[in-house]
Amino acid sequence: MIILYERASTGLGRLMRSLAIQKRVIYALLMREALTRYGRHNIGVFWLFVEPMTFTLGVTLLWTATGASHGSQLPIAAFALTGYSSVLLWRNMPGRCIHAIEPNASLLYHRNVRIIDIYLARIILEGMGATSSFVVLTLIFHFLNVIDLPEDVFKIIIGWSLLAWFGASLALALGTLSERSEIVEKIWHPGSYLLFPLSGAAFMLSAMPADFQNAVKWLPMVHCTEYIREGYFGSKVTSIYDLQYVVIFNVVLTLLGLSQLKIVANRVTPG
Amino acid sequence: MIKLIDVSKVYHTSTGRAVVLDHVNMTIERGEKVGILGRNGAGKSTLVRLLGGVEPPTSGDIRWSMSISWPLAFGGAFQSSLTGLDNLRFICRIYGVDYRDKIGYVDDFSELGRYLHEPVKTYSSGMRARLAFAISMVIEFDCFLIDEVVAVGDQRFQEKCQYELFEKRADRSFIIVSHDSNYIRDHCTKIGVIADGYLSLFDNADAAYQHYNDVNQPN
Repeated sequence: MIILYERASTGLGRLMRSLAIQKRVIYALLMREALTRYGRHNIGVFWLFVEPMTFTLGVTLLWTATGASHGSQLPIAAFALTGYSSVLLWRNMPGRCIHAIEPNASLLYHRNVRIIDIYLARIILEGMGATSSFVVLTLIFHFLNVIDLPEDVFKIIIGWSLLAWFGASLALALGTLSERSEIVEKIWHPGSYLLFPLSGAAFMLSAMPADFQNAVKWLPMVHCTEYIREGYFGSKVTSIYDLQYVVIFNVVLTLLGLSQLKIVANRVTPG
Repeated sequence: MIKLIDVSKVYHTSTGRAVVLDHVNMTIERGEKVGILGRNGAGKSTLVRLLGGVEPPTSGDIRWSMSISWPLAFGGAFQSSLTGLDNLRFICRIYGVDYRDKIGYVDDFSELGRYLHEPVKTYSSGMRARLAFAISMVIEFDCFLIDEVVAVGDQRFQEKCQYELFEKRADRSFIIVSHDSNYIRDHCTKIGVIADGYLSLFDNADAAYQHYNDVNQPN
């Protein structure tokens, strides 16, 4: 389709303008989503990170109380914090993107709103929640003298960003596929539960038997979690990771998601 | 101008291909008022979605050289757990308009009073429609899309809508989809009748209704 009045300007000008529109639309969707989910009552949008925080806090307490073994000499609280925060990052984004279009289909009557914007708004919101929960809990635990601050923040940022990219591309792929088949949602629920213990949240790879290592090394989140822990604990842990593998995995998954997006965009009817 | 060139729309249903629009050609000039007639399921809403650019045609080309509104007074995109004001903010953000300049107008026009600060789910259908119409008037377009008559509120409110649309915005184009023959007769200078996927265009209401009745004769 050709849009004449948007064609009048140069290519770069057009790109800049559509980026500006997209930024605006995503911001509008983000605010709408946050307000719809958390409302204005009691702590309102603070639930965005208080909700994941309570998850992480609960798991941390549980693991501390049961003295869960994790194959390292690290304090269990720090272990649970880095592990479970990572799980929330890659697990919540797909959860929010599956069947995300139908309740929002009528928004597509506003021409500036595109399907990708609906996904991106939800992905960004989940990313913000998981990230702020991780940061705030780290500071609180540090303040309570439970854990030390991270040794290498830069490494954490790299590992965290790669994990967020993985979560986002998984969300896009599963979100779009769920518009085509009901099975996606049904598989994701048990799948995400089963992936949790395998994702590296509850173990250090180096403490595991070789067969197990080789098997779970296929999972990109294992590498990210290992790298985040190396950043956090530095020389106190032995991390095993291959970030190049994660990047390649993410690129492929992103391309898959984008290809599905094109198909779904042609199918969805605003309702 | 909006130009439809050989536009077809085919949906895949469980019983096979359904051709909803078959090589439709139409031009809407700036300032032109176009009515669309057709029975339920004839393809009026499909045409509205194609004209609005929210759904691509299966084949053919649509060219816009003017901006076109969302279907007017359309309240479907409201998030019902949010307040009327929240919904206004959302629309304004999407279209890059400062909502603070528009609150006064929407408050005044919708006559919702303190309900503007209440969740939309507490509104009656009339209140929803009033809010939807008021919000529709906040963003300016070259062409307004009206899907089904704006039969909103009481007589006085309808007159207000009428004034906003056809007098204050007399220079704009309108595309009106309706069953109400008087409404179309009063406002449109060009009328399209959709039947069996085909669009026939008329520049006079009597001829259009004659054709509409002919093609929809019970056999």
